[in-house]
Amino acid sequence: MTIEQLTDPCDSFTLGPLEAGPACCDPQPVIEVKNLSLRYHGKLALKQVSLDIYKGCITALIGPSGCGKTSLLSAVNRLTDLIPGCSVNGRILVQGRNIYDPDENVQALRRQVGMVFQKPTPFPLSIRRNLSLPLHEHGVTRKAEVADISEQALRDVGLWDEVCDRMDSAALNLSGGQQQRLCIARALALQPQILLMDEPCSALDPIASGIVEDLIGRLRGRYTVVIVTHNLAQARRIANYAAFFWVSEHAGQLIEFGRCQKIFESPRHELTAAYVNGVRG
Amino acid sequence: MHDAARKRSLRKLRENAAQCVIYSAVMLVSAVFIWLLIDLLRGGLSHLSWEFITELPRDAGRAGGIASILVSTLLILLVAVLTAVPVAWMTAILLAEFVATGSWFGKAVRFSLYVLAGVPSIVFGLFGNAFFCVYLGLGFSILSGGLTLACMLLPILASTAEAGLRAVPHIYRLTASALGLSRAAALLHLILPAAAPVMAAGLLLGIGRALAETAVLLFTSGYAERMPDSLLDSGRALALHIFDLSMNVPGGDEPAYASALVLVSLLLCINILAMKFAYGLQRSKLMP
Ligand SMILES: Nc1ncnc2c1ncn2[C@@H]1O[C@H](COP(=O)(O)OP(=O)(O)O)[C@@H](O)[C@H]1O
Ligand SMILES: [Mg+2]
Repeated sequence: MTIEQLTDPCDSFTLGPLEAGPACCDPQPVIEVKNLSLRYHGKLALKQVSLDIYKGCITALIGPSGCGKTSLLSAVNRLTDLIPGCSVNGRILVQGRNIYDPDENVQALRRQVGMVFQKPTPFPLSIRRNLSLPLHEHGVTRKAEVADISEQALRDVGLWDEVCDRMDSAALNLSGGQQQRLCIARALALQPQILLMDEPCSALDPIASGIVEDLIGRLRGRYTVVIVTHNLAQARRIANYAAFFWVSEHAGQLIEFGRCQKIFESPRHELTAAYVNGVRG
Repeated sequence: MHDAARKRSLRKLRENAAQCVIYSAVMLVSAVFIWLLIDLLRGGLSHLSWEFITELPRDAGRAGGIASILVSTLLILLVAVLTAVPVAWMTAILLAEFVATGSWFGKAVRFSLYVLAGVPSIVFGLFGNAFFCVYLGLGFSILSGGLTLACMLLPILASTAEAGLRAVPHIYRLTASALGLSRAAALLHLILPAAAPVMAAGLLLGIGRALAETAVLLFTSGYAERMPDSLLDSGRALALHIFDLSMNVPGGDEPAYASALVLVSLLLCINILAMKFAYGLQRSKLMP
């Protein structure tokens, strides 16, 4: 290891060293949230959030339940369109493009911005069909190509060896951890640039959770990951950046955003300090 | 110590009593069904034969069989199901998937379905006679009867299908959208297959109702007992045949019982099929 590498400021972003990806010390925003306010039936759930998500990095959203983390994620791939009574003000730029533009192609956006939910959500179909259905929808129809992409995605999440001999059995028969990895593979198969993960480990047992966590760590660099987690130790382990949300005046607000280490070790805001030290929340 | 034992035995007694009540209620229900079956078998089994199924009725139904009646029944059912199913299921899909839950349009459609479901069948008969037989000039015919039955089936089919679609977890829709699937694709590949068992059960329920219907058909498809030549011919349905034999034909009791036996067996078959079908679908939808 050369001196240069040792003094590389990248190493100070997380507790562990970065494994791959472009240097996050030259942060390059892919998602720019600008003055975002989000309401459910007119009631404010997120107030004036502005935030940049940097390319190739893992950004953790932390904060107590109900502070609007899930809402923020669903605003980024416009899943909010499907939620009755939900309205969004402000702008979100994904690679410089305002996704709330009236002529934004939402299906293409959602291919570019994948999402993994809290509870594993495989479709009640076979493992193979779970992967091929979205591919077909996006125009990848050649059988060999679909099979290749599916295999690669399953290998990426470390599931291939476990399921390669039962691709045609029901996805719902897999264990919880396997189901969640299948869901991640299904999102990866669409070759997104950004992956939104809403508490992907919270419905899993500790071992499965550890496997999924390692997997997310390995996605760094290839994908831009935004992960919501209640597990602060996990956020410390895997994230480069952290954003801390809190409910004040009945609306979720962004309190502090910065490098993960900074948020955890020398937070500027006293709410953040209290939360990360387990005093509040 | 002694007190605790007494309390325990008291509780046991209460539990046993509750069990007794539940079991006797279940027995009562099954007893009614079994008694009905025995009555039907005693009255009709001696008259039932292969010829009874395959021969045309003679002497106002006292002799011969019910072949033409079975054919008419089948045709009426076919017309009813083939017209009601597309309209009802499309309505259900519209209500469950595309109309906002609180919108006035959805409320209005749902309200009219509720009203329609509550209309007595005799009123459907009168309406069918006035509209299909007279106004559209279809006369007493299998077509009139089938179309009127279709109107009656609409609310059953639409509301069961809507319930089935709504029972599909919302997360499937969110997940599908998050993967960039169009709503049509999500509907076709995920939501409809998941709702299919309920929709199929609703359909068979509807067929059961239609099969047992008498009043509607009395006014619309008539009671000619001959073999129908076309859908514009009058045709007598099975339930109506039973009614006619037992009320209007002296000495028609035995064939009436035999026909009732056929009707009940058909209904039983449909119900068993419904269960098998729903179960099979539920299993097979996990497959590619
Ligand atoms: N579909 C919805 N309809 C109405 N209110 C909602 C809905 N989803 C979330 N909310 C409200 O918005 C606020 C933020 O919720 P959420 O984004 O789920 O927070 P988090 O993920 O941080 O727990 C909460 O007060 C919640 O009650
Ligand atoms: Mg949440």
